Amino acid sequence: MIAPEAARARRRLAFALTLASVVLAVAGVMVGSEGWRPGALADPGLRDVLWNIRAPRTVGAWLVGALLGLAGALAQGLFRNPLADPYLLGSSSGAGLGVVLVLAAGATQGRAIESLAEDALARLGLVGAAFVGALIGVALTLALARGARQSTGLLLAGVVVGVVLGALADLVTMASPEALRGKQVFMLGTTGFLGWGACGTLAIALAITLPAAWRFSRALDALTLGEDSARSLGLPLGPVRALLVVLLALATGAAVAQAGLIAFVGLVAPHLVRRRLQAPHGTTLVASTAAGGVLLLASDVLSRGLWAPQELPVGVLTAALGGSFLLWLMHARRTS
Amino acid sequence: MTRHGLSVLAAREVSASLDDTPVLHGVSIELPAGCWTAIVGPNGAGKSTLLRVLAGLVPASGGEVLLRDRPLQEWSHRERAQHVAWMSQQHGEGAADLGVRDVVHLGRLPHLGLLGTPGPEDERIVQRAMAQTECAAWAHRRMGALSGGERQRALLARALAVRAPALLLDEPTTHLDPPHQIALVRLLHRLAHDDGIAVVSVLHDLSLALQADRLVVLAAGRVKAEGPCDHAPVRDALAEVFEHAIRIVRVGERWIAIPELAS
Repeated sequence: MIAPEAARARRRLAFALTLASVVLAVAGVMVGSEGWRPGALADPGLRDVLWNIRAPRTVGAWLVGALLGLAGALAQGLFRNPLADPYLLGSSSGAGLGVVLVLAAGATQGRAIESLAEDALARLGLVGAAFVGALIGVALTLALARGARQSTGLLLAGVVVGVVLGALADLVTMASPEALRGKQVFMLGTTGFLGWGACGTLAIALAITLPAAWRFSRALDALTLGEDSARSLGLPLGPVRALLVVLLALATGAAVAQAGLIAFVGLVAPHLVRRRLQAPHGTTLVASTAAGGVLLLASDVLSRGLWAPQELPVGVLTAALGGSFLLWLMHARRTS
Repeated sequence: MTRHGLSVLAAREVSASLDDTPVLHGVSIELPAGCWTAIVGPNGAGKSTLLRVLAGLVPASGGEVLLRDRPLQEWSHRERAQHVAWMSQQHGEGAADLGVRDVVHLGRLPHLGLLGTPGPEDERIVQRAMAQTECAAWAHRRMGALSGGERQRALLARALAVRAPALLLDEPTTHLDPPHQIALVRLLHRLAHDDGIAVVSVLHDLSLALQADRLVVLAAGRVKAEGPCDHAPVRDALAEVFEHAIRIVRVGERWIAIPELAS
């Protein structure tokens, strides 16, 4: 039983996110360099474009955004820090380094990047490497910031870790030209290469991380009362935190391995949700997931449509939009 | 009534440090069931630290804490949490997005664990806890929309919802207006005398603390006196640790503290 107003706000948000997802999905199938015309489905060439390029790209963009939105909501709840986000925490750049290392290793064995992108086992390897990289990235950032209490300290540590891991990734790609091509494919922050295989991997990652995060969300609620209060409630804080960091890294790793570095979706989605709905973490985690999906899919449709038939990498668009949002957020925090 | 065996929580020669600074020096107290004990003393006496050591949140560097005659560290986290409820001095600002009812439900975590789902019995206990601290009327409001006193009553209900045999409260009256302070004193009496709980509170407001069944007078990390306010040594210790800035006088059946303004 929840308050009538809260239930109304919850229903309104659920309706808005569902509607936006459906409308954007339709738009995602219709927008692209080949355009759309009545009777398109009768044309085998265009039908192939719709089914094999636009549809998986649309579904994949939503799933990548959803994973990033979930990772952001987890990070903000876990570190009790409104500026926490997979990109700013160094987990994205860690995941990126993991991907580049796998690409370079594949290249030394004479394997083409394309086969890596299509082979299911290789895809799993990419996600695994991105996951480990994301874990290492978060761990480095937390160690450098000595915990997550100080917003500026955490932000600074995240930037340092991001730059260092990014430089390492650059070094690896310089040593391996084949990996450089792969890096362009994977690291631009683009939804342009998402096929049905990638959608499957992303869906599995979301099917694991979202229910698990939701199951443990009461620990995040308890942490809002303060660490000691949470401990006095008998919560094993160490293991619970570690598990949530693993989920955060898995969500980030899966997203980065398929779509590269896409900034700020993880930061913005939970904020947009909380402006509409103040609720326990179980609800905001699910809503942030959906909001992340809507945000990235909207950016994807925009990036395809703005200068059609030319296309903007979606990572560039989210960075521009999200960067402005971060500036506004920091300004609002300073004036409040 | 013998004290031994009735004690729910006991500290034996407990010493503790915060950031390498010794705060408690060989503190021994018994906290019997069915009794409200108020810990009083000047700033920096170690009152909150003592409460945290009793709750198992700060380790004792010497001596031991016994819960039901068994060392506290031998209990699992969850068992300890089921037996000892603790309410912090913090006032729940971080929980702004949670509803009052969500917060009170967190008190059932020690019994349900993270993965359990609350049943009708948990719901009944949560309702009762909210009724006891008079927050049932705004159970659906967000913590962020409440006044400091209202938030404090919600947090108190959270501690009550644990239904622990030992209830440790750190400054539970800070934000309460006089009617609610008095309601709290009555509630603590009822919890101790009717429900048989060992209630322990740290209180700055001496006049409220003097209404407790027993006082523990703490200064510089040591127990100066303990017992009911009727005992002259307890009153003497109080006057001494507060540098004779207060006078304790009897009004009818009660003791009250008044400021000593004449120098």
